[in-house]
Amino acid sequence: MIRKLTLTAIAALGLSAGGALAAGGEAHVEDFDFSFEGPFGSYDQNQLQRGLKIYTEVCSACHGLRYVPLRTLGDETGPGLPEDQVRAYASEIEVFDASIDDFRPATPADKFPANDAVDAPDLSLMAKGRAGFHGPIGLGINQIVKGMGGPEYIASLLAGYHEAPECAPEDFTGYYNTVFTAGGFPEECKDEDGNHTVPGSWIGMAPPLMGEDVEFDDGHSNELHHEVQDVAAFLMWTAEPKMMQRKTAGLTGVIFLAVLAVLLYLTNKRIWAPIKYGRKDD
Amino acid sequence: MSGIPHDHYEPKSGFTKAVNSRLPIIGLLYDTLMIPTPKNLNWMWIWGIILTFCLALQIITGVVLVMHYTPHVDMAFASIEHIMRDVNGGHFIRYLHMNGASLFFTAVYLHIFRGLFYGSYKAPREITWIIGMLIYLLMMGTAFMGYVLPWGQMSFHGTAVITGLFGAIPFIGESIQTWLLGASAVGQPALNRFFSLHYLLPFLIAGLVVVHIWAFHHTGNNNPSGVDVRRTSKAEAEKDTLPFWPYFVIKDLFALAVVLAVFFAVVGFMPNYLGHPDNYIEANPLATPSHIVPEWYFLPFYAILRAFDSEVWVVQFASWISFGIIDAKFFGVLAMFGAIAVMALAPWLDTSSVRSGRYRPAFKWWFRLLCVDFMVLMWAGAMPAEGIYPYISLLGATYWFAYFLVVLPLLGIFEKPETPVATIEDDFKAHYGKSADATPAE
Repeated sequence: MIRKLTLTAIAALGLSAGGALAAGGEAHVEDFDFSFEGPFGSYDQNQLQRGLKIYTEVCSACHGLRYVPLRTLGDETGPGLPEDQVRAYASEIEVFDASIDDFRPATPADKFPANDAVDAPDLSLMAKGRAGFHGPIGLGINQIVKGMGGPEYIASLLAGYHEAPECAPEDFTGYYNTVFTAGGFPEECKDEDGNHTVPGSWIGMAPPLMGEDVEFDDGHSNELHHEVQDVAAFLMWTAEPKMMQRKTAGLTGVIFLAVLAVLLYLTNKRIWAPIKYGRKDD
Repeated sequence: MSGIPHDHYEPKSGFTKAVNSRLPIIGLLYDTLMIPTPKNLNWMWIWGIILTFCLALQIITGVVLVMHYTPHVDMAFASIEHIMRDVNGGHFIRYLHMNGASLFFTAVYLHIFRGLFYGSYKAPREITWIIGMLIYLLMMGTAFMGYVLPWGQMSFHGTAVITGLFGAIPFIGESIQTWLLGASAVGQPALNRFFSLHYLLPFLIAGLVVVHIWAFHHTGNNNPSGVDVRRTSKAEAEKDTLPFWPYFVIKDLFALAVVLAVFFAVVGFMPNYLGHPDNYIEANPLATPSHIVPEWYFLPFYAILRAFDSEVWVVQFASWISFGIIDAKFFGVLAMFGAIAVMALAPWLDTSSVRSGRYRPAFKWWFRLLCVDFMVLMWAGAMPAEGIYPYISLLGATYWFAYFLVVLPLLGIFEKPETPVATIEDDFKAHYGKSADATPAE
């Protein structure tokens, strides 16, 4: 069994350009170190703004963010754009207004437009609608240790494009991606038992980011490895805009309840002491 | 109200006398709060309070969520996002409600297994047990219908699978399924009625909870020793019991605070851990998720449902003897409901004369195996129905039925139980030494 896995792993390594791929069909999602992880982690405002820029200049060509109100771009716990910038950003977007039966420039009260042009999925909740980490063997331990891995999945997928393996026919539809597992897969790349001999599958989306796709005003690195993390962080914010408020409320609750528990513990000990030990004090 | 002799409420002031003579509500509250409670209750007796809290939490958060939710197939998903993004504190209320269901089921399973170990289902508490089982069934129905409301992918396709189970009933199945859904498939009529029932059932549960508490307040609580409170005189009863207030109220509140601290950590730091990512994708009848999994609290019974495929000999036998009326799918449905039915019948299947598992050396091991079995079934229910997993489910399901239908009846005959302590007072003293004083501090 181990030998078979090792052989598969070697085969996978040999066939793919990426190298860091797991055996057995499970795609390898890299555990990126995001600033918002853990009970005390918070969004990196600069990163969200970089991600917004990448979304605006690249992703929004095909994808929408239909549930995200534009005003939230000004949220302190989000990208934190100044009010005039939020207005300026909104006015660049054309939205359809049913009351005038025509398009007009958006205001902060509008939402990001939906984008059904090429049938690309909406990205509002993508970071919560995908999981990067599972198991092992269905026990859910990885999700506790590493988190659900939605943003890690997005970043890994965007960086997961590779040259198609030799087994695939030249004209096979889509783009070979070692992280995406839900796409088309050529029969030629399966063994006799129907098992995949290469990881990932063929995705409909052309590689959206190649590195150096956008220029950041502060001169921040626009290498692919950084870009994919920035846009993944931004999409985590679009999916969970109240994450900071949630963690603060949770932490407040835990602290208050812990104090309450201590007080109740002492009270309980005291009232039971005469019953248990026949004396008034503990 | 209670069968255990104790002080009853005596109104002292003119006002309370006037009220209580017209409506004895103060007396009722007093008797309920001061109910004599076995003093040796351990920490497994806290789950009842936690369950009551859960019901209140779910009703309160639920009522607020309904103020902002729209039960329409085109708007339900968006209205949840409205709650998550626009409603003040909506994101936290929604996560409390979502994870509140998990806390509710965690507590109910611990409560049920406590009852199974200490023989709380045995005479004279059979009715308490049966009502508890009804509450559990209603909880499952409520949770299932609540999961449909966000109208995500798992909501939609999970509903299609579960209501499809009713379609497996011979002859009338399809009619029942159509009647339940209000249409031939999951859609607007189903969403509307599930919303309505999801709002209604918690109040039925609340009603049954009152009866559940009434029933065991009449018989008295069970306790870890399984020995009855002495009832010949008030003085003797007081040696075995303490009033619920303050001794057990404070103890239970302490436990509640600890449990809630953990709960708030889950809600605050990992609110989606117990959920499924697919439910953040809006329902799409044309795209079925590759792997439909119910919420974790349904998994043991989901595993039993899937365990019986047409390869299993009992299924083939049932099919043959019923002239093909009972097929594998229907058998699975019967097994799933049967698994809960045999649990409900435990009072009559357990033949042992000793109530508490503490004094039953063989039973202890069978019971521990049942706990492991439950966890294994839960795990197997989450795995795909291929490879070795169906066999594990089948093994687990077989033991589940064997425990109730074979082990419990036979153990009563073959097992030699130890002699329980004579009184609850002795049990308490054995635990806390000779210094334990029978009289309360007051």
